[in-house]
Amino acid sequence: MSAILGFIAILTLIVGWFLSRQGLATKPWLEVDSAGGLATPNPSPYAPAQVGLGVFLAVVGSLFALLITGYLLRSEGLDWRDMPLPWIVWPNTLALVGTGIALEWALRAANRDDRGAVRTGVLVASGCALLFLVGQFAAWRMLAASGNFVNSGPADSFFYLMTAAHGLHVIGGMFALAGTFERIRRNERAERIKLSVELSTTYWLFMLLIWALLLAVLSGSAGEFLAFCGQILSQGGMP
Amino acid sequence: MADIPHDASATVPPAELEEMELYHAHSWWTKYVFSQDAKVIAVQYAVTALVIGFVALVLSWLIRLQLGFPGLVEFIDADRYYQIITMHGMIMVVYLLTALFLGGFGNYLIPLMVGARDMVFPYANMLSFWLYFVAVMLLVISFFVPGGPTGAGWTLYPPQAILSNTPGQQWGIMLMLVSLIVFIIGFTMGGLNYTVTVLQARARGMTLMRLPLTIWGIFVATVMALLAFPALFVAAVMMLFDKYLGTSFFMPTLIEMGEQLSYGGGSPILFQHLFWFFGHPEVYIVALPAFGIVSDLISTHARRNIFGYRMMVWAIVGIGVLSFVVWAHHMYVSGMNPYFGFFFATTTLIIAVPTAIKVYNWVLTLWQGDIHFNPPMLFALGFIVTFVNGGLSGLFLGNVVVDVPLSDTMFVVAHFHMVMGVAPILVIFGAIYHWYPKVTGRMLGDAMAKFHFWVTFLGAYLIFFPMHYLGLMGLPRRYFETEGIMIMPESGHSLNAFISIMAFIVGFAQLVFVFNLIWSLRHGRPSGPNPWRATTLEWQTPTTPPPHGNWGDHLPNVYRWAYDYSVPGAKEDFIPQNEPGSVTKGDPA
Repeated sequence: MSAILGFIAILTLIVGWFLSRQGLATKPWLEVDSAGGLATPNPSPYAPAQVGLGVFLAVVGSLFALLITGYLLRSEGLDWRDMPLPWIVWPNTLALVGTGIALEWALRAANRDDRGAVRTGVLVASGCALLFLVGQFAAWRMLAASGNFVNSGPADSFFYLMTAAHGLHVIGGMFALAGTFERIRRNERAERIKLSVELSTTYWLFMLLIWALLLAVLSGSAGEFLAFCGQILSQGGMP
Repeated sequence: MADIPHDASATVPPAELEEMELYHAHSWWTKYVFSQDAKVIAVQYAVTALVIGFVALVLSWLIRLQLGFPGLVEFIDADRYYQIITMHGMIMVVYLLTALFLGGFGNYLIPLMVGARDMVFPYANMLSFWLYFVAVMLLVISFFVPGGPTGAGWTLYPPQAILSNTPGQQWGIMLMLVSLIVFIIGFTMGGLNYTVTVLQARARGMTLMRLPLTIWGIFVATVMALLAFPALFVAAVMMLFDKYLGTSFFMPTLIEMGEQLSYGGGSPILFQHLFWFFGHPEVYIVALPAFGIVSDLISTHARRNIFGYRMMVWAIVGIGVLSFVVWAHHMYVSGMNPYFGFFFATTTLIIAVPTAIKVYNWVLTLWQGDIHFNPPMLFALGFIVTFVNGGLSGLFLGNVVVDVPLSDTMFVVAHFHMVMGVAPILVIFGAIYHWYPKVTGRMLGDAMAKFHFWVTFLGAYLIFFPMHYLGLMGLPRRYFETEGIMIMPESGHSLNAFISIMAFIVGFAQLVFVFNLIWSLRHGRPSGPNPWRATTLEWQTPTTPPPHGNWGDHLPNVYRWAYDYSVPGAKEDFIPQNEPGSVTKGDPA
């Protein structure tokens, strides 16, 4: 359960930091304001949609932390056999990186209200995302062709499950990109378009981060890293 | 009491809070059915939860019929018994308690109590309810499919949950898992609303430390639910994979009816970890809103400021964090490392500290209060003693050496019904009696309410107190038949029959409650805007019931905390949160 507990610990630190800035040690029964003077919380620099996305990403993070937890626990089973990762996942990763870069570029264009460039950035990002999804589907086909089906072994099962869960979130992100594109088409206010691109960028960078973590787990790198950490801890220091 | 002048340094000029754009309904359908008004959604959640909860209540009568008078009703065979206990448990915990506290009370109270016009994402809020409705319908459909609903027990433990001899393994288990998945997706949409509305849409002057404890409870419980429900989601998806795609996430190597199944190597313990990583926070997802609501009920109806507000807030947050590191105390008998058991027993006992702080503070709030024994207060008092009783037996079960012999006995059933069944349900009733006037503009019938309280409260004790003794005697839970069990003396059977009769009587009292709800809609005494003379914002709306948008032309400004009751020198014994502080006030400490 180390993955999910680590994730919860990180969130607890973030929430603790947030709460520490909210005056939780004040004595509200002593603070009465008069008309014209009102105690305010620290004004939030974020729009509700940005906070909402942050909370949603915490939920998505929890979901994937739990999947990774399941993977690590199940991999202790005697029947566990590692599976070969299809080579196409690496170019797929590049496609996802491309989505992130295109959206960063679109965000900069949105900051200077260059709508043509924003449109191009969002289109390129959508193309890369589509490429990623097609590539992931190809990875499934390659696995199936080599006899690795969803029920061939626990490692295979986790590969299909994790990539499906990630793929569904990627599809959700494509709807968000379509929404951004629609806002540009309807020529909405610059702030709304900027907010929309900002939200999409954050979401897609998070998808990239999740994919990188999944790849580390599925390729065994995470396991080797954890084993290395365990070795250091058990020996009381660096070898 | 010393007069403390207003601290000018604690204030800043009024903030410019952007008014939200409200969705305006254009037809009857968008106003009452596919509504985006949080108050309508709250009523939809509450009515759906109460109706499906009533189904679960009827199921509990069937359970008691079988346990108290075995063989009396031929319809209840072993398979049906397991289906009944499964559906009773799952409906009560997830589809009634969670949905009613967060979807019902959360939707109604958050915007009103924080001084907002509505939730920040009204469309997602509407989707949240309709997904919940679909989830409930899927459960209901499972009663009518071939094989009936699943009989895997409410914990749905594999491998038996999907093996061929478990009732409902054809359609029932699939519908249950899909229903849970839909519920969780719907809840996530609602949960985002509750969280972000509290964080971003508070009225001017409403600092976090001026929030009523009801909102603190719902807020922290929502955050917990958003992080814990994915564990159930993952477990449900993986079990669907095991059932329909032949994977072996949870399914070990098995021989069934002399034949080896295709499964192999899976870990049922992995499911238990995932389930209880959701399951234990779930206890507090239900309890924290109850804690918050009870604090407000007690303060209002004892006309006293809440004792130790800061401690109450810190305790709610502390319980929220700690509840994520106690899940394995549900798994002491699963064969875990003894050091793990020690760790989880310790964290379990530590969580009793913030919980005890809350109980002390409730009692100290009541101390020398002007206690009004009206229905909300009666239910709040009933909650405190019931929660303490249930909590004390929880201390027993939190210890490994005591838990092992008591595990899977009726003692556990009695414990969790007291602490997680009766206690939060008493709060739900108290809260309905308290806020019904705001929702409808009418009071609920007082005599019927008091009858409802006394029968429910005393009856619940007569049901679950003796059940502890059956457990101590060693009577196992989940047994279809207890006839012929050597450890069970004749008096045990008589006790079982007595418990069943009490369960029917308590069930009857709930019909009185339902009648009161419906009857008072038309015939209840008009309540006026603030019948309890309460301080919090929801009672200060320009019209009652509040219309869409809540506040008329201007959002309220908040000048003080939520518990200014019986302030020396004040004209009345309560000062609403939106009344400016032209007078100084005292330190209640």
